[in-house]
Amino acid sequence: MARTAVSGRLIWRAATLVAAHWETPTARTLVLDVPDWPGHLPGQHVDVRLTAEDGYRAQRSYSIASAWPHPDNRVELTVQRLDDGEVSPYLTDTVAVGDQIELRGPVGGWFVWRDTSPAPVLLVGGGSGMVPLMAMIRARATAGTKQPFHLLYSVRTPADVLYADELRRRARDDAGLDIHYIYTRKTPDDWPSPPKRIDVTALNTYGWPPDITPDCFVCGPTTFVETTADILVALGHDPKRIRTERFGGTS
Amino acid sequence: MTQRSEMTRNGAALDGNAMAGDLREIFAVDVTAARYMCAGCRHTDAVATLMLWNQVPGLVARCPNCGDVVMRVVRAPDRVYLDLRGSVRLEVPLEGG
Repeated sequence: MARTAVSGRLIWRAATLVAAHWETPTARTLVLDVPDWPGHLPGQHVDVRLTAEDGYRAQRSYSIASAWPHPDNRVELTVQRLDDGEVSPYLTDTVAVGDQIELRGPVGGWFVWRDTSPAPVLLVGGGSGMVPLMAMIRARATAGTKQPFHLLYSVRTPADVLYADELRRRARDDAGLDIHYIYTRKTPDDWPSPPKRIDVTALNTYGWPPDITPDCFVCGPTTFVETTADILVALGHDPKRIRTERFGGTS
Repeated sequence: MTQRSEMTRNGAALDGNAMAGDLREIFAVDVTAARYMCAGCRHTDAVATLMLWNQVPGLVARCPNCGDVVMRVVRAPDRVYLDLRGSVRLEVPLEGG
């Protein structure tokens, strides 16, 4: 599977939307049927291309949210609507079940987790940077492997948590998966601390000690990613084991 | 890191990861997983870690260490121009190697 995911040149395919649901009031998961999908690794993304009637085209990259193999052979994307965006409002508010969109992928062989890697894993997600990390959590469950995962998930408010129900269930059922939330604007009512941004204390308390050499995956807005990566290096993590993805342009 | 932060404030919002699709239209291997060596400072890392400016009509990828342009990709309707003068070399892992 990993082999087919990276060999051969890439073509645009017509994918059909077979289902969709809202994760939050502004983020929608698209469940796509993609003919001849070669499989993918968690962390990879696809490019989506929209063509207007006058021929104008806009293209954006979206992380894949689902793991492969998938029970229904589907590929799932979660798209955050950016109100001034050119592509995302179409994908969240307009495209309907049965419609087709042009898609190219999977691509990106660097920001990926492989279930054959035995190291513990630290996932640090900011906002919709959670999407590729969710694919990794799902892939771990699909593969039935035992690497311990720590997830630190930074969101503005409890209402902005993507996959909230599934994460609650997995935190209970997926042995070796620990999840900690950081709320930057508004916390749940019973939360022990006021809103804050990700910091040394959080990464030190809920991450892994550097001497067990975890694989670190950080995804989110640019400043979030750079702050987190800088802290991890300062805490003693090997920069070679810190993989980052910034999603600044997916409007 | 200081350089990197300044570059970011000047507008780079993405990293080399986001070039993967456009490069895979040209190459049979994933170039973002390859290692580049910057012609300016000899820094070496994965192409995926370059700082990417993606305003049309092209992609400009700069070294996060020194800020020099390492790679440019420009699409025309019927062809792609790839400018690699900022990279001394690319080291491409082979499958099964």
